[in-house]
Amino acid sequence: MDLHFGDSKPTDEERSAVDALLGPPESSWEGADRSDADLRWARGGREARDRRDLLLPGLHAVNDRIGWISEGALDYLCRRLTVPPAEAYGVATFYAMFSVRPRPATVLHVCTDLACAAAGAPRLCAGIEARLGPGSGVSVERSPCLGLCERAPAALAIKAGDPVRTAVSAPATVEEAVLAANSPGSAPEEPPAALAVPQAGQDGLMLLHRVGVVDPSSLDDYRAHGGYTALRRAFELGPAGVIREVTDSGLVGRGGAAFPTGRKWQATASQPDRPHHLVCNADESEPGTFKDRVLMEGDPYALVEAMTVAGYATGAHKGYLYLRGEYPRALHLLEHAITQARARGLLGDDVLGQGYAFDIEIRRGAGAYICGEETALFNSIEGYRGEPRSKPPFPVEKGLFGKPTVENNVETLVNVLPILTMGAPAYAEIGTGRSTGPKLFCVSGSVERPGVYEVPFGATLGEVLALAGVREGLRAVLLGGAAGGFVRPDELDVPLTFEGTREAGTTLGSGVVMAFDDGVPLPRLLLRIAEFFRDESCGQCVPCRVGTVRQEEALHRIVERTGADAADDIALLREVGRAMRDASICGLGQTAWNAVESAIDRLGAYE
Amino acid sequence: MTVTPLGIPRRMLEFTLDGEEARVPEGSTILDACRAAGKDIPTLCEGDTLRPKNACRLCVVEVEGARTLVPACSRKAEPGMEVRTDTERARHSRKVVLELLASSVDLSTTPEVAGWLKEYEAKPDRFGPDAARLNEEPRVDDELYVRDYDKCILCYKCVDACGDQWQNSFAISVAGRGFDARIAVEHDAPLTDSACVYCGNCIEVCPTGALSFKSEFDMRAAGTWDEARQTETTTVCAYCGVGCNLTLHVQDNEIVKVTSPHDNPVTHGNLCIKGRFGYQHVQNRD
Ligand code: SF4
Ligand code: SF4
Ligand code: SF4
Ligand code: FES
Ligand code: FES
Repeated sequence: MDLHFGDSKPTDEERSAVDALLGPPESSWEGADRSDADLRWARGGREARDRRDLLLPGLHAVNDRIGWISEGALDYLCRRLTVPPAEAYGVATFYAMFSVRPRPATVLHVCTDLACAAAGAPRLCAGIEARLGPGSGVSVERSPCLGLCERAPAALAIKAGDPVRTAVSAPATVEEAVLAANSPGSAPEEPPAALAVPQAGQDGLMLLHRVGVVDPSSLDDYRAHGGYTALRRAFELGPAGVIREVTDSGLVGRGGAAFPTGRKWQATASQPDRPHHLVCNADESEPGTFKDRVLMEGDPYALVEAMTVAGYATGAHKGYLYLRGEYPRALHLLEHAITQARARGLLGDDVLGQGYAFDIEIRRGAGAYICGEETALFNSIEGYRGEPRSKPPFPVEKGLFGKPTVENNVETLVNVLPILTMGAPAYAEIGTGRSTGPKLFCVSGSVERPGVYEVPFGATLGEVLALAGVREGLRAVLLGGAAGGFVRPDELDVPLTFEGTREAGTTLGSGVVMAFDDGVPLPRLLLRIAEFFRDESCGQCVPCRVGTVRQEEALHRIVERTGADAADDIALLREVGRAMRDASICGLGQTAWNAVESAIDRLGAYE
Repeated sequence: MTVTPLGIPRRMLEFTLDGEEARVPEGSTILDACRAAGKDIPTLCEGDTLRPKNACRLCVVEVEGARTLVPACSRKAEPGMEVRTDTERARHSRKVVLELLASSVDLSTTPEVAGWLKEYEAKPDRFGPDAARLNEEPRVDDELYVRDYDKCILCYKCVDACGDQWQNSFAISVAGRGFDARIAVEHDAPLTDSACVYCGNCIEVCPTGALSFKSEFDMRAAGTWDEARQTETTTVCAYCGVGCNLTLHVQDNEIVKVTSPHDNPVTHGNLCIKGRFGYQHVQNRD
């Protein structure tokens, strides 16, 4: 590979941001000043190329320090990692949180997604823009769901610098959002994660029982509340024993695909190819979903422990925690938890003195919903564009870095702890025959007490809504997020299980329950969903890349229309939707039409 | 003359193709099997010299038991598989894909598309006059080749040919995402400021004419491009000792472009800048 670099040079600031991550360059081949030795020997090459996966962290480093990524900074990063600049440019422009054009150091992301839109986000945006005025040094960007739906409307300010500063304002007012943007350091502290858990402290919780009870920054407190008993049990059982327990528990993935976790672990564990990798998918980006954030912020050690158990069972020595870029507080708490665990021998070369080596590395996403798709996530970690790979081969065979990989989301992993402490049979008793255990639901929208709720599988939609106190005039419930479907107020007795929702012709998806009252204009809502998919399509395959655009256009045309006036466009939507579902490469394109279809068929949206 | 190398013998596997037994060597794709059986499946992003990216989704077929349709160009045939190539479901997807593409980019120089549009009764106009299109101006950075991304279907073939599959120059990549995704060189600069080495291998694989010789681009603009009047002569490049095969496309006694046979076991259709673009000297008649 003969790499070509332009003439643009990094500024000192950019160079130091990159060097802080990668260390100083060792030769002029990597961008240092030329020395005599450089004329006689070459460095870099394969060694540098093997660090390609540091591209995304490198882009973050520059973006965090400067606020955007210049040509000089990108070229310097490419030199350091032996990455072709065209590819790095393709990666940098893939993510919404990066900019390759100059912009102010402060970016204020204002959520305009479903829950926030219903809570007045458009007015908020307009107010913020009016207050800040031109030349304010703040770039206001309309953002998809920030995972703070229980406190809608939400805004997240990120001010580049060393260190980068962030502040969240939610529920946001114009004044608070402007304050957060102007001086993130002095903005009021966010309320604790427990505030998003109305059941916090109640008896009988299994996944949320420590949220609001333990100090999320204290390992001792975690241990005092039952922490690390599951890992000890895992070491007693041995890897095969752990997999047996998980299989017998009936646990299936909570990310939406509902694949049996035990089978996935077994399939990975038995691969002869080494090393094995573990990936925790904490890229929760489904609009309306915030349960993983609450778990990570309220009980971070639980995730660290659960990942260690999963790594042990599947024969992995390295776990990657792929965290949503928009979750700064979760990032800090998890970084702290991992450092503490390492210092206390709960991660590292010899976990708990059992001769098992395991460590966790956090990788930050940068604003791309598609990176929640497991193979897109692998590409993202590896330093490529977050485009899904086609399957087969499946990740258990060829996943991260082409090696056998087990990938689970946060909620799935955290379930492993009670499975080990209470034993598979007791766990399998909970819920229904085919959907076992407890399940988290993110309830938001038109309810009195929005938040994360834990109920055993089998509770009905109405029961979950009752917990949250549904308001008068319920018009529709969006189940499963933007990729899910709407149900009517007279369908609230649908049992929240995988089989129950399937029978009712809908889906549990990621556990979103978003309630809308009759004040919300349905066509606007559907338009927002279409806009979301158009923005988030990776662009790789035609049905999704163009189909999502045509879907949005058709919905625009019929925003104010019903009946015969909308019929042609609805027929068009159906035809395009069918091809997207059938022929798209990945779940994004395959599900992008679900919610709209359900609104037409079940809610009579345009009648 | 081209040479077809014989590979190591492979085991045969059996599966059902449109209700009939098919036997193909292990490792064959469904598309290979279809072609061997004389079935015609439309393809756009598949390239004979590249690993398929399966991005266009035109070649989808139905596989018994699969939730979605599968791309014939990249899915390997498996023993016992039941494949149907021409069902209503597959045809529907192909039709919509053709409509989506034809409504967003200019397919006027994409061979075979006109026929498929007719065959599948695709009506790209039905998305209305306001349907978003790429609407890009051609980029002419020098006298060698032109990038007319208004014709680009994002098949990724040029990226793969420039990158790790052939040239290893990595001068082009996909930038942006979704409908805004575009083929671009680093920092979206002019080609002349990029890592491009002008091997033209991307032009060789581009299925739509989005990448073309400047000579072809100019003649098309002038209305003088006429493939019916062109002859193709395969000869040997005389510039260096590698001895690549060149196919000279000649119209009115002028070389109008140079390609290379894809089934040549040495070059697989790839050339370097001299073989690809250095043809003016042979017709310098002053
Ligand atoms: S379905 Fe959409 S997101 Fe998935 S690969 Fe295709 S373009 Fe990308
Ligand atoms: S320029 Fe041609 S080869 Fe490259 S992606 Fe577009 S259509 Fe494919
Ligand atoms: S095309 Fe290039 S490499 Fe091939 S024979 Fe000609 S000069 Fe040599
Ligand atoms: S934070 Fe705005 S919709 Fe989720
Ligand atoms: S030819 Fe198979 S997907 Fe494009």
